[in-house]
Amino acid sequence: MLRYIAKRLLQMIPMLFLISVVSFIIIQLPPGSYLNTLIAQMRTQGDEINMEQVEALRIRYSLDKPAHIRYLNWIKGIITEGDFGFSFEWNRPVKTLIWERLALSLTVSVSSLLFSWIIAFPIAIYSAVKKHSVADYSLTFMGFLGLSVPNFMLALILMYIASVYFKFSVGGLFSPDYVMAPWSFGKFVDLLKHLWVPMIVIGMAGTAGLIRVLRNNLLDELEKPYVVAARSKGISPVRLIFKYPVRLALIPFVSTVGWQLPQMLSGEAVTATVLSLPTAAPLLLGALRSQDMYLAGSFLLLLSCLTMIGTLISDILLVIVDPRIRYE
Amino acid sequence: MDTMTEGNILEVRDLTVRFMMNEGTVHAVNGVTFSLPEGKSIGIVGESGCGKTVSAYSVTQLLPKTARVSGQILFREKEGTITDIAKLPVDGKEIRRIRGQEISMIFQEPMSSLSPVHTVFNQLAEAMILFQGMTKKQARERCVELLKLVGIENAERRVDEYPFQFSGGMRQRAMIAMALARNPRILIADEPTTALDVTLQAQVLSLIQEMQDEFKLSMILITHALGVVAHMVDYIHIMYLGRVVESGPTLEIFENPKHPYTRGLLNSIPKLHGKRGQRVSSIPGAVPSAYSLPEGCVFRARCSERRSACMYEIPRRIQVGSEHYVSCCLYDGEEDQYAANA
Repeated sequence: MLRYIAKRLLQMIPMLFLISVVSFIIIQLPPGSYLNTLIAQMRTQGDEINMEQVEALRIRYSLDKPAHIRYLNWIKGIITEGDFGFSFEWNRPVKTLIWERLALSLTVSVSSLLFSWIIAFPIAIYSAVKKHSVADYSLTFMGFLGLSVPNFMLALILMYIASVYFKFSVGGLFSPDYVMAPWSFGKFVDLLKHLWVPMIVIGMAGTAGLIRVLRNNLLDELEKPYVVAARSKGISPVRLIFKYPVRLALIPFVSTVGWQLPQMLSGEAVTATVLSLPTAAPLLLGALRSQDMYLAGSFLLLLSCLTMIGTLISDILLVIVDPRIRYE
Repeated sequence: MDTMTEGNILEVRDLTVRFMMNEGTVHAVNGVTFSLPEGKSIGIVGESGCGKTVSAYSVTQLLPKTARVSGQILFREKEGTITDIAKLPVDGKEIRRIRGQEISMIFQEPMSSLSPVHTVFNQLAEAMILFQGMTKKQARERCVELLKLVGIENAERRVDEYPFQFSGGMRQRAMIAMALARNPRILIADEPTTALDVTLQAQVLSLIQEMQDEFKLSMILITHALGVVAHMVDYIHIMYLGRVVESGPTLEIFENPKHPYTRGLLNSIPKLHGKRGQRVSSIPGAVPSAYSLPEGCVFRARCSERRSACMYEIPRRIQVGSEHYVSCCLYDGEEDQYAANA
């Protein structure tokens, strides 16, 4: 098992290299650079454009050098110093921008993922076991409702409820007092108070789909001969369902759970924008729009990294839950 | 209070099973009666779709929820009291005790009747730990012992393997071990060799027979092959479209078959000493749909000896020998004849 993991990790290195090249190329593809954005901005503000100043910036950001040199410098910085380059727009090193954002994204995403599992699992199992009952139909109806209501709509509704009925400061993950404050217990509690709205909004989206998938997986398994055979041993119905069909119904689910990792960090862009969450997705969106190349590139690189780690986690989990799959 | 004939461990009386489907009602079993004497074995024989598996499944209430079961399934407990399994609450404590300790089943498909993600030990030991209060260690020893008994080599190692690491024949052996692990008093084998290679069939059947002797089991063997059961069972029940059309001691059925269907089945067994070029005979026609049963005798359409009475009358169960019964109007009145001779 350890050898398998080590082998998989080694295989990730050339893949990562390729991805970093591709993401760098993609960032370079649109004509112009951040300087064009800067010039346009200054123009709209009516500022005098000092070409000398622009030229100085071009040299400072090494925009005068050819692309492959810039790429090599960027990669060298990441590998040797963990330096992801400089964000033009924020005028700060990229590494000071992304880590906290990523951490908050992960917090929001993991909590919404857990939320959706806690809701979806019991409902799916109940629906499947009591299929075609009134309860099954009502839950299915609600599931489809959840599936078809857009996330931002739900976000707006919850924000309204939170501010009108619960008198919370809505939007963001922190109260105004804590936004700039360093981490403390008080800030953590404040985070928990704000977390539930995005947790429900983002979690809801996945829940409905998850219920459908799990219910169908389970329905496929419930009638299988091994379930009848296990039943013939005299096991109690609850134990029977959890030990056999639920266990097997989880296999296709587990094999895709790792893919949620990158989804988690970039998927909730619209919701995060509506709720003005200080998470990764809005930052990435902004960076792509203003051609803030090192920031955008670093994000893309990290997301790809997470995709690969997620796939590896899925594969490892799959080996654990399904003994029929053997690693070499 | 229900009564049972002395010496019987199981009596199924007037068992009727219907499946409520969207397309209509399937009349799977229509008034089946049979009994299993303690320590003996009976064979239930019929074509696929005749209701033999459904009858067997209803004995331990294993049918899906769409099934409606009526009739009596009387089971004599060790202490001598009688339990009507048909009246027990679904998946309740009582039926689970009977499944776990009294009546075991061997299923048709060893490939799919074992969970693919649990080890053989896990599945084998489950009932032991649950019902016999064994520790994991005791259960392990017993599992190895059982696997050796059913002829699995390297049992100490193989007990920790998964079913997919077993061959088809070995899986069926493991399944037999699993049935025996519960120390049952009745063993129901539902076409235990249908999914196996011909070469393995004989081995598995003789293993089942050995185990029956070894554990002093009463056994119900379900099969579509009359030839298979001939040497294995004491009594035979021939089923056709949800009814028992003929039943009696094995020898009697083979030597003196009464029902036209039984005779057809016997004729369709290829003979070793038959004439060269002689064709194996078959019964003409196909089994009617169980969605809409024909009136009168259900075998009528395929019967070479049908009469006008067969159109309207459901044949009565007529006693034609000391333990030999047939449901066919050809024998109307012979009951009195038999009674007069006796």
